[in-house]
Amino acid sequence: MAAVGEKTISYDARGLSEPFAEAPRVAEVDGDAATFDAKNLSTRQINLELRRLVYEEGLTEVTVENPGAKHSLGVGILTRCKIHFKGSLGYFGCGIIDGPEITIDGRVGWSACENMMSGVVVVESNAGSLTGAALRGGDLVVKGRVGARTGIDQKGGTIIVCGSVGSMTGFMMQRGRQIILGDAGPGLGDSMYDGTIYVGGSVKSLGIDCVPGEWTDSDTELIERKFRIYGLGEPPELQKFVCGKVLYNYDSLEPSEKKLVI
Amino acid sequence: MCGIAGIIYRDGSTHPIGDEMTRMLQSMKHRGPDSTGYALYGAAADGTLVMRYKLADANTPRDFEYEERLRRHRVEVENRLARMGAEIDEVEEETPYAFRVSFRYDGDLKRLADIVEDIPEAEVLSIGRSLEIVKDLGDAETVGGQYGLDSFNGTHAIGHVRMATESEVDIAGAHPYWAYPFSDVAVVHNGQLTNYFGWRRRLERSGHRFMSECDSEIIAVYLAERMSGGDSLEQAMHASLDELDGVFTYIAVTDDALGVAKDELAAKPLVLYESDDLVAIASEEIAIRQLLDREIETYDPYEREVLVWQR
Repeated sequence: MAAVGEKTISYDARGLSEPFAEAPRVAEVDGDAATFDAKNLSTRQINLELRRLVYEEGLTEVTVENPGAKHSLGVGILTRCKIHFKGSLGYFGCGIIDGPEITIDGRVGWSACENMMSGVVVVESNAGSLTGAALRGGDLVVKGRVGARTGIDQKGGTIIVCGSVGSMTGFMMQRGRQIILGDAGPGLGDSMYDGTIYVGGSVKSLGIDCVPGEWTDSDTELIERKFRIYGLGEPPELQKFVCGKVLYNYDSLEPSEKKLVI
Repeated sequence: MCGIAGIIYRDGSTHPIGDEMTRMLQSMKHRGPDSTGYALYGAAADGTLVMRYKLADANTPRDFEYEERLRRHRVEVENRLARMGAEIDEVEEETPYAFRVSFRYDGDLKRLADIVEDIPEAEVLSIGRSLEIVKDLGDAETVGGQYGLDSFNGTHAIGHVRMATESEVDIAGAHPYWAYPFSDVAVVHNGQLTNYFGWRRRLERSGHRFMSECDSEIIAVYLAERMSGGDSLEQAMHASLDELDGVFTYIAVTDDALGVAKDELAAKPLVLYESDDLVAIASEEIAIRQLLDREIETYDPYEREVLVWQR
């Protein structure tokens, strides 16, 4: 058996894959919804079909069957719609999205939802390392465990992990929230600038400049609201971690404002 | 970047692991197109050892003497094995420069390997009762086809696709590495070791030989050194987490076990599928899907994890 889809992939002189690929037009459309089987389609064909259905046909619900853990599926969707992947995705799944509500029945590989700007992604199984890297907005919910460096360079939004997370979770995090219901590996929140990390289980060690934070009513409100939205039951007792703000020289003024003051 | 993969059938039953590993590695060709390698564990025949060796590289310059030199060196290998007391059963020419010899021998394997490698350009790729290492330039379909691996049946295997970053594109730089001089031990690695030269000097002083400039070779020799001191594979792999510096995920394999280890930062990927019958691991899930064309539960092992499975 050949690697799925590989035989059909061609590259142009610049190294771009499938330069002449077109949407395969294989989806079955039923009203505002469509379904197609991705088993024998290449990554580019799957994404082209998705985009055709959402942008050209204006459909609001698309189901993709047999995604087969292929990489880079569901990326760059910049509109409100619902996408359901019935299976696992490979690396870079659902990156750079702005608006869609995506459900993934299986696992996602490294860098799921990288640079996501808004919308909701729910992963029913596990996810790899770098989950939610540079996340800017929206909610990313992983119902299983995830690898290392979850939310590295996170700039906003909320990452919820129902299982445990690996080392250096929240590394260089700048804004946003992480709610980890399981255990956290070593170096939690290392070099974080800002943002909040909640952990339900044990923390192997805190990273540089990550310190316990004071619990407030707004923390309770946030946690209860997110648990209610995603049907996660009663929230467990959580520890809160924030940036100690001793590693960097913080100023309350933006550089442009500073000039005015000076 | 590089891609690594491993499979072990836990009940010890034999399967077409050559074909299975080719499919896994071919699906990760984008992780390393320079060379492809296999460590395959077939059914051991009573008292028989298999040695895989090469007498030149795929890209060795073909001068006027090339073919004659290969012929002369091949005869010399067989003469030396005979002089060491090895009883040769069969010699198979896999390519014009790579050979498989099965033989019976009760003596010191290190001495035997050293005597063979004393022949110019000769490199012993593996010696084992069930281990056979095959590696060459090109992708998995090229190498698997060249060496007829589609028909190789066995219990477990590891494989590697290489994107050469720190040493030559040649067979010596290709993985897997045999844990010279231990029979049936091999390693594939994805990552970089930053204390390579220190360990290389230390291990060379202990009498170990290195055939490449590739940092990954250190892991195989390091494990061999630890195991010669009485460590189990698992103990040796645990020790490596403290003593090898850098970023790494590696798979080590013996005649009856397969293990994985990840460094402190879990900086290199590995996806794991585990069932009662089969353990399959790879840098990318898409490789595991070549064996199991259905939805499966997989996960990434965490930092500093060592996992070992027996067959």
